[in-house]
Amino acid sequence: MSQTRPEFELGKDLVGLEGLSAETITGILDTAEPFKEISERAIKKVPVLRGKTIVNLFYEPSTRTRISFEFAEKRLGADTVNISSSGSSVVKGETLVDTARNLEAMRIDMVVIRHASSGAASFLADRIPSNVINGGDGQHEHPTQALLDMLTIRDRLGRLEGLKICIIGDIVHSRVARSNIFGLRTLGAEVAVCGPRSLIPVGIEELGVSIFNHVEDAIEWADALNVLRLQLERMQTGFIPSLREYNRVFGVTRARLEKAARDTVILHPGPMNRGVEIDSAVADGPQSVILPQVTNGVAVRMAVLYLLAGGKPGGAEAAKQEIT
Amino acid sequence: MSTPDMKTLLLDGPGVEQALSRMAREIMDDGVIEDLMLVGIHRRGVELAERIAALISETAGRQIKTGSLDITLYRDDFDQIGPRPVIGSTAIPGDINGLRVVIVDDVLYTGRTVKAALTELADFGRPRRVELCVLADRGGRELPIQADHVGIAVEVGEGERVEVRVPELDDELSVTLVSSSESE
Repeated sequence: MSQTRPEFELGKDLVGLEGLSAETITGILDTAEPFKEISERAIKKVPVLRGKTIVNLFYEPSTRTRISFEFAEKRLGADTVNISSSGSSVVKGETLVDTARNLEAMRIDMVVIRHASSGAASFLADRIPSNVINGGDGQHEHPTQALLDMLTIRDRLGRLEGLKICIIGDIVHSRVARSNIFGLRTLGAEVAVCGPRSLIPVGIEELGVSIFNHVEDAIEWADALNVLRLQLERMQTGFIPSLREYNRVFGVTRARLEKAARDTVILHPGPMNRGVEIDSAVADGPQSVILPQVTNGVAVRMAVLYLLAGGKPGGAEAAKQEIT
Repeated sequence: MSTPDMKTLLLDGPGVEQALSRMAREIMDDGVIEDLMLVGIHRRGVELAERIAALISETAGRQIKTGSLDITLYRDDFDQIGPRPVIGSTAIPGDINGLRVVIVDDVLYTGRTVKAALTELADFGRPRRVELCVLADRGGRELPIQADHVGIAVEVGEGERVEVRVPELDDELSVTLVSSSESE
């Protein structure tokens, strides 16, 4: 009896969803499914990454992503080290490489990196032999967030192909938006964005994305809304008049949702600014999948770690053989 | 340059049914079934466990609990073969502490799968007793593991392998000896 390994290649690193094939993205989502069950067990641990050392290198503050990765790593049996240098002025260049080379000298296997500079993950991936997973780099990509968003939508609506997904809010500063656009478009979903013109990147239509100027129109159109946080820490002055004004014009409120013809699924990558981009009644309401997103985040990250950790040349061929 | 596989039918559908009935009877004779749970190893072990459980349920007039284990994440050869993207589901219904658990698999060969299954089972609790039931025992053990209930013992030569087929996955119920010129 032989189990055929599905044909998809992830390579050494996961830097972004741009350029990944539909087979690969679907393959990661399918691999995540059985990992959900492990987190429901009394003993939430399997030994598959036993003896692997993983460094979580977080140059930017993060609660959800870092803890989610750490849970994923520990539940797969890996040893983890967390390095955070929030507040330090580490910039892309020698320092990042030197840090990584020093870690390598201590014999590590994987690095999860979050960095304020776009391209930091790819820069690191090109320079060290360890597997590199992008935990968010500047305004470039945040692939595991988009994967967990897609898994959550697929759980709720049964598919992604042909669905209409609108990303609302601060698109210009958002690596989550970019990763979602690449992933969803590749899997055949229609993607739109909605927000103040000052927060929509120029030329975004070239990614195959349409634009809504009014949040009411976006809600009317979409099967699912991915509501983004206003990234006030990345904004210079002048992007929006005020938070109150933003909520009045673009806030996702219960009154606006009730006018829609369908039960729109509501996502938010967190952390939420309640009363700004999303109202509490919506965030805690029946259409919200915000907490299932967090649960799925652990499963998706387990799948990515699992797939990258064993990706040795010749592995695919050997995996077709069955031991009994 | 592969030549076609040579196939020898060891058990046909009725033959497999008979072997399963005998093993079901053995499991009932060997101990109490009030706290029995049959746990199949993914994939074909799951189907065989369901069949044996149905046979015992029918005779005993009580529902026998079943579960499934996928041992992919417990294999000892992850570093050699790398990940398998599609992992089956592990589903152990309820608490296994103090139960009589019978692990069911299609073919017993090196014993490494069973060892992995025992390790995984231990992460769910501490059964009162664990037994092993296999449809075909083909020898070639690499670990000190033996089955308690065996459907058919098969002599297997160089380049030969035992194939179990179940209707849910392969459209038929059978045990076949396959000789192949290609390495396994």
